[in-house]
Amino acid sequence: MTPVAEMVGSHRIVLGNGIVHPLGAAEASPQEEHALRRRLVERALDALATPVAAPTIFR
Amino acid sequence: MAERTRVALYLNQFFGQLGGEEAAGAKPRLEREVKGPGRALLGLLDASEELVGTIVCGDSYAGDHPELAVAECLALLRELQPDVLLAGPAFNAGRYGVACGALCKAAASELGLCAITGMFEENPGAELYRRDVLIVRTGMNAATMRDTLATMLRLARKQRLAEPLGLPAADGYLEQGKLQPAVAEQPAANRLVDMLLAKLHGQPFRTEVPLPVFTPPPAPEPLDDLGTKLVALITDGGLVPAGNPDGIEAAAATKFGVYSVAGRDSLDSVDYDVSHGGYDNRYVKADPHRLVPLDVARELEREGRIGRLYENFLSTTGLTNPVQNSRRLGQGMAEHLKAAGVEAVILTST
Repeated sequence: MTPVAEMVGSHRIVLGNGIVHPLGAAEASPQEEHALRRRLVERALDALATPVAAPTIFR
Repeated sequence: MAERTRVALYLNQFFGQLGGEEAAGAKPRLEREVKGPGRALLGLLDASEELVGTIVCGDSYAGDHPELAVAECLALLRELQPDVLLAGPAFNAGRYGVACGALCKAAASELGLCAITGMFEENPGAELYRRDVLIVRTGMNAATMRDTLATMLRLARKQRLAEPLGLPAADGYLEQGKLQPAVAEQPAANRLVDMLLAKLHGQPFRTEVPLPVFTPPPAPEPLDDLGTKLVALITDGGLVPAGNPDGIEAAAATKFGVYSVAGRDSLDSVDYDVSHGGYDNRYVKADPHRLVPLDVARELEREGRIGRLYENFLSTTGLTNPVQNSRRLGQGMAEHLKAAGVEAVILTST
């Protein structure tokens, strides 16, 4: 629901992997899921370290 | 001769002529002499009304001791026995507006008084009290004093006669969030087309459904040394301990929970439920890390990518949550996190 996040003015937005499991992947193996979760959380940490002027989506 | 309507006025230290900021700590006192705007009010009263007294209270006293100030003012009102209380108007003065709103609300509910105030729409007192108190819409400053007092008096008279009030725009008061059914002159389809044509032709039109306006705050500065920071995980996906002990509602939650993950590296599915009616909860219920990534957060903590993980995660449910309520929840969460020394937050949303 990133368009909503942008609309309300969230500054640092990381696209999750779907509404029902933003930091997961039901069809993947546990290891793949873990790796995905790790990537997304690291992306969030990168976003926290990045200057932004307006709502920004980090992919 | 019939008894006259007894009108009382509430003023702050400035309008009550006690002084400026240095008098803002003044305790409530009853003045029989007419003060400040009371003079303008006298000129507006008719023969059936009399100004019986003025309560003057310092804005900082009211702000620092809200309940005490209201109690003391109510005691003075009990002494004075008015029929109507006019408070302020406060225009855009925040402490004054909050004090006026609080007193009017209490005077109405505890003394059964007709209590009316006036504020600029952006006065924090307006947001807090518009639903409970009749607040006349004013300009930003006392330039509109006389007109405002006149409107306040007019509405007080209507209320005393149990006359129904017109719509806020017509009768000059702030919207109270009430919905009133009315029969429109034209069917919706006609109104829609008229509105669209006006818009296309660059003519003024009035929306029937004003959308909330979001003014984003300035972006927080980036953190370049997360390895030294306290980081928290929060969510609006409704992850709660099994049994939902705090009763976080599955939609339009009115509260958030604070749930300990101290000393733990993972969230066990059996210990958690999901209270959120807006998405298929199965996947998060099967593995809560898909919403609150405690496992990965602990790894990153061990590796020094983040300084430390906050020992609690905060959780609420964002589904169909009114913006005002969400703001309140967000502010509450932020206050909690700030008090705990948290410097960065990862919010997972569904």
